[in-house]
Amino acid sequence: MEILSIDISPKTPFVKFNAQDGKLEFRGRSIPENSIEFYTPIFEWIDKYSIQPKGETNVNIQLEYFNTSSSKCLLDIFKKLQSLHISSKSKVTVTWYYEEDDEDMLEAGEDYQAIIKVPFVMSKI
Amino acid sequence: MFDIYDFYEKMEDGKIMLSFKGEITSDLLTSILHIMESKLDNIGEEPKLKKKVYNVLVECLQNLYHHNDGTGNQNLVKSDNQNSALFLIGRSDNSTYKIITGNYILKENVTDFESKLERINSMNKDELKEYYINTLSNESFSDKGGGGLGMIDIARKSGQKFEYNFTPINNIYSFFSLIIKVTQ
Repeated sequence: MEILSIDISPKTPFVKFNAQDGKLEFRGRSIPENSIEFYTPIFEWIDKYSIQPKGETNVNIQLEYFNTSSSKCLLDIFKKLQSLHISSKSKVTVTWYYEEDDEDMLEAGEDYQAIIKVPFVMSKI
Repeated sequence: MFDIYDFYEKMEDGKIMLSFKGEITSDLLTSILHIMESKLDNIGEEPKLKKKVYNVLVECLQNLYHHNDGTGNQNLVKSDNQNSALFLIGRSDNSTYKIITGNYILKENVTDFESKLERINSMNKDELKEYYINTLSNESFSDKGGGGLGMIDIARKSGQKFEYNFTPINNIYSFFSLIIKVTQ
């Protein structure tokens, strides 16, 4: 399966999903006006990956800002990962990075943790 | 003649950092965010507050971009302002940011929206968190994205009550004015 790689832009994050090592990475900011357009290829990649995933899937999310339009898309990604995790095809772990004084970002991670049944690790940068 | 000095003084007194009246396009939104980020850096704003202000700005501007009921409608009194919105941001000496927005809203949408704002204003921090999580996990979203999360998010980040007003314009429209304060 091909690596999904999206370059960073002022409104969208750097994305690198590698099916070979089961590593999914987001970095930067996600504040597009139309987040569905940006996230659709990501959803499709995860759907394909979920057919034959690695035994372990590690998702690293290091976002500086994200808007509420992206928050729904992130939830949809987590839901897909939750299905994968529950199916026992892959052990999924999400590491949610936040800057030391950024309580809002920590809280945002905890919001997802409250909704999604996948292990979340909160990690201070 | 229009008193330009008076206008200038009012902006100065209001410690206005940036103001805009007109159609909020995607490019404009990007520019405003870029300018505001530079300004916040230049005045050396504390990182935590800078992030809060930036976050609230993103949501406010995207609200104006997505939810301007006047867009494309020909029924306004002043035919040239149908896509228009107002946006101002000011910063007082005690590091309180005030974000002011104004835009047209269809009268038929006022009641629902007003009760939503009242509901948000009545909530404390924990209630807002719960409301946000419930809205995020339960409600369907339009292509525009937000699905009503925007105002809840703004309330959580600002930590202050909204000040707002709906001014009736004609049979079809009201003008929605909103003041959001962001403090440490």
